[in-house]
Amino acid sequence: MLYLPHTEEDIASMLDAVGVDDLDGLFSMVPEDCRFKGDLKLPEALTEWELNDHMEALAAEMGVSPTHKVFMGAGSYEHYIPAAVSYLLSRSEFVTCYTPYQPEVSQGTLQAVYEYQTLVARLLDMDVATASHYDGAAALAEALLIAARVTKRTRVAISSLVHPLYRRVVKTYFEPTGYDLLELPYDNKGRTDVSDLEKENDLAAVAIQSPNFFGCVEDLEAIGERAHGKEALLVASFTEPLAFGLLKSPGSQGADIVCGEGQSFGIPCSFGGPALGILASKKKFMRSLPGRLVGQTRDLEGKRGFVLTLATREQHIRREKATSNICTNNSLCALAAAMYMASLGGTGIRKLARLNYDKAEYLKGELRKAGVPATFDTPTFNEFVVAFPAGFETTYGRLLEKNIVAGLPLGRYYPELADHYLLCATETRSKADMDALVREVRS
Amino acid sequence: MKESAGTTGLILNEPLLWEQGKKGRCGFSLPRRDVPSSPLDEKLIGEGPDFPDLSEVDIVRHYTRLAQWNFGVDTGMYPLGSCTMKYNPKTNERQARLPGFSGAHPLLPAGFSQGALRVMFELGKYLAEITGMDATTLQPAAGAHGEFTGMLLIHSFHKKKGAPRTKIIVPDTAHGTNPASAALCGYRPVPVVSNDQGILSVEAVAEVMDEDTAGIMMTNPNTLGLFEENCRKIADIVHGKGGVVYCDGANLNAVMGIVKKGHIGVDVMQLNLHKTFSTPHGGGGPGSGPVCVKKHLEPFLPVPRVIQRDGRYALDDDYPESIGKVSAFHGSFGVMVKAYSYIRSMGPDNLKKASQLAVLNANYVKERLKGTLHLPYDRPCMHECVFSDKLQTAQKISTMDMAKRLIDYGFHPPTVYFPLVVHGAIMIEPTETESKENLDGFVEAFEAIVKEAKEKPELLHEAPRTSKVRRLDEVAAARKPCLAG
Repeated sequence: MLYLPHTEEDIASMLDAVGVDDLDGLFSMVPEDCRFKGDLKLPEALTEWELNDHMEALAAEMGVSPTHKVFMGAGSYEHYIPAAVSYLLSRSEFVTCYTPYQPEVSQGTLQAVYEYQTLVARLLDMDVATASHYDGAAALAEALLIAARVTKRTRVAISSLVHPLYRRVVKTYFEPTGYDLLELPYDNKGRTDVSDLEKENDLAAVAIQSPNFFGCVEDLEAIGERAHGKEALLVASFTEPLAFGLLKSPGSQGADIVCGEGQSFGIPCSFGGPALGILASKKKFMRSLPGRLVGQTRDLEGKRGFVLTLATREQHIRREKATSNICTNNSLCALAAAMYMASLGGTGIRKLARLNYDKAEYLKGELRKAGVPATFDTPTFNEFVVAFPAGFETTYGRLLEKNIVAGLPLGRYYPELADHYLLCATETRSKADMDALVREVRS
Repeated sequence: MKESAGTTGLILNEPLLWEQGKKGRCGFSLPRRDVPSSPLDEKLIGEGPDFPDLSEVDIVRHYTRLAQWNFGVDTGMYPLGSCTMKYNPKTNERQARLPGFSGAHPLLPAGFSQGALRVMFELGKYLAEITGMDATTLQPAAGAHGEFTGMLLIHSFHKKKGAPRTKIIVPDTAHGTNPASAALCGYRPVPVVSNDQGILSVEAVAEVMDEDTAGIMMTNPNTLGLFEENCRKIADIVHGKGGVVYCDGANLNAVMGIVKKGHIGVDVMQLNLHKTFSTPHGGGGPGSGPVCVKKHLEPFLPVPRVIQRDGRYALDDDYPESIGKVSAFHGSFGVMVKAYSYIRSMGPDNLKKASQLAVLNANYVKERLKGTLHLPYDRPCMHECVFSDKLQTAQKISTMDMAKRLIDYGFHPPTVYFPLVVHGAIMIEPTETESKENLDGFVEAFEAIVKEAKEKPELLHEAPRTSKVRRLDEVAAARKPCLAG
């Protein structure tokens, strides 16, 4: 086996050094009645070449670009990834190291994560960003737990236009805690209806996603003022960080904690994971943040260097009193995002975000001309909701046969929106792709 | 000092990203604009982030230089105890990058995602077979996330019985994540102390187990690298009071094909695919922390679950007792592809062989280093062994000094100061992918360092010298945090 370097001779001499007769003899401390005597029922080993054939056959069963045109976003976005990013990310010094517990031999990861934290803080207009979390949903759950801890309140308002699957994760995290969730409805503009906040006086936080699940841009500033008026925190969630290359950042609109999904930044969709949970806050919540943080310091010769810091918040020091149980996070995904943000630069991200906005606007406009107007009259980014004529399921099925996924049917998540679809067009959808979709919808 | 392999090299300086670049550069090939620009309300437009503008060459050099300051498994032996830093096969990376997998949207209709669903279905089955359990969820994104999921399952189990419980037993040798995961689920961890043999006694558990205790979180083999010999009797006691036995599966690498946890009283356990199943750790993730359960906990597993019907695979949400979701989508799918590839490459015999050789390597290092270093529990170990700095304290040399000096010899240090039950712990997990020559080199380096501790202790106090930076001021970093530039 190519990963097992021991020769028979090595094994014999090592067993001799240990003082046992054979490999079984190594397990003397495992009681007889704990031992498994049979053979594992697993498929026999494949050669590297057989594995390639097998995996290629499985991968070929998937419906992906360029053979398939998928007009679906909803928290996972197809964007171009520069070859340089994929190439650099595969450097095995980044890939095959552990969490940087020994900083002297981990400066590459540490500086790269420090740069990631900085770029994220700049993107969101926040003071501090953590080294990463599992995904946007986990980051939101953690953000709301911070809010409950720092305000010492147990009730959280969450917009019904926060990604439905994120809300499901938050509910799961909250179930055993005794914290409770108030769901805010949405209005006919496709934005969160915050009028219920008037009667609430003990909220830890108001959680809003912008652009929201319908792609609509929320008025975070106005909602933030209402939240702050009740001494609740504004937690701003997002699924598409590229929007902040064009739109106002959550931090500039009064958010206290910002959390979301960074997959758009150089990370392939990969059937939903690994992803990148982004979590950032104002400085005053720094010591309440969960997970790893990288900080700058000096070595004994005065040279700049980086270390994991503020570890007294963390499980390996504080155990059950830690701010979270997180240990492994999604460091390599954070590196991908940093490399991607660096590739775009301030100039590039502006242009790319504008192009994404214009692509979705084009599709929206062409569908309107075809008699399928956007449901909500609010500015959107990348994605938007339309109501297709009743019975569109048949057309949707026919389009699948032509390898086109005409958006995400919303009825499953919002029963009142049967026949409504969430459509997405990023820079990867060409005008020709969009024209083809509109032609099919017309016919 | 004997010249060691892999200890010298070219280390180039490299400034921070925003200390370089020029306005107007771009490292991204902007797609051709084939649609007109549409109007947008000025009030919504922001200033755009203050990112440096860099060319592709700037970026490539930047990250190449940074990479060279890192030590990874591909650089050399990385015997970090509890972390199973085994070699990460390159074919796994290739498979996860296949466009069919990496390009797949998580909400694709089942007809467009049969390949991914099959990988998940089969992987879940393989993991259940290896652990002797009945069902698997792949949704947790890391080991601690799996522990938390396990706690939620236990919580739902007791709640359904109409008698929620408030406490859970956590031994003093546990990973820090165990009590933290339990606390996140509202449980108060009840500590139990291991005995003079380094394992749990039946009596210690019997004393604290009661009908308000949800169960026990055991790590077996434990963090001292010792097999919990009383595990069956302990499970009987916990079950006798209606509790659930959780096993932290971080140390599964010791027992594949040798012990099936499901056969020895374990009801639920998490696995760390980024440890046992060879997926890389990425400098701190992404990982993947599947949870395997026995039948009675299966109804509570997260949704959706992958099912097989008439040879086709589908996602099924219809489990009314499910705890819900712990990840937005399906978890770290890319990591699952790598673990699946590993299991298919190894087959059943090599998986067992891997565990046998992991245990052989640890025992070999233990035998060769005992005497040089103090061995607090002189017993046969499993996949890792724990020493301490007791013999060096007379020379005012600490575990940290020896760990840092190992860097100068071309090795990544072992885990230090954990487990907490051993003062000045040095926890060595060689893994099965290190050859005898590498282990001999590691032992000889340690012997040389212990000799230096007596003769030239300043070499240890001043170590490391060959790394990008010398010892860093962690106190200053925490006192005046600078977390962004």
